[in-house]
Amino acid sequence: MAHTDYMKLEFPSKSINESFARAAVACFAARLDPTLEEISDIKTAVSEAVTNCIVHAYPNSLGTIWLRARIVEECRLEITIRDAGVGISDIKKAREPMFTTGGADRSGMGFTIMESFMDKVRVRSAEGKGTTVFLSRQIIRKNIVI
Amino acid sequence: MKIYSQENDGCLRLAFSGELDHHGAKSAMKTIENLIDEHLPHECVMDLSELSFMDSSGIALILLVRKRMSDICGSAWVENPAGQPLRVLETSGIDRVIKVCLKAE
Repeated sequence: MAHTDYMKLEFPSKSINESFARAAVACFAARLDPTLEEISDIKTAVSEAVTNCIVHAYPNSLGTIWLRARIVEECRLEITIRDAGVGISDIKKAREPMFTTGGADRSGMGFTIMESFMDKVRVRSAEGKGTTVFLSRQIIRKNIVI
Repeated sequence: MKIYSQENDGCLRLAFSGELDHHGAKSAMKTIENLIDEHLPHECVMDLSELSFMDSSGIALILLVRKRMSDICGSAWVENPAGQPLRVLETSGIDRVIKVCLKAE
């Protein structure tokens, strides 16, 4: 089925853009009439994915982050967050709880939280080329009139 | 994100307010380190009751405060998380390494 609505964002990998990215996706998702908990979950997952781009993809430089969100099948939100950074050498290892290459100020819980808060999380990466994180979440409309 | 601090009889109380993400955590940790160095408390309480959002950067911050307090033979714990921050704490399993006190009903 073709998507019914979408949005695209492109922004530099500055940490101040973490709140901008999650707020933008929350505003876009609001048309699905989600619960507060659903919005919180989506914001959390987006924050984790964007932070990964800033901390891990572009560790010593500024790069570009591309974010797309679309609504499919009436009430499923799909989000893609892509960077053109250093890439992930071992995706399976990177998704393990508590694993991080980011130092003491990182907890290594980013992917675990994304997986807990979203229905689906897929990661594609190539070293030296970048990483794409795909997130999906079904929204249970709170004001459906039967 | 804002941090309100109060020191009383060896107990440093830190009240977090707003949204705690990677951007806010960087400056927050410097602020907290300065407060711990200044007061050398025996206990550090992190009150999350006014925190509206937290991601895994908050988990890392809490663990860093715990380590910092452990380095000076003190203790640290978390109080009053609710809503989204509580869900992040529960997902991380952080209560296995630091005490988390929920708000009394």
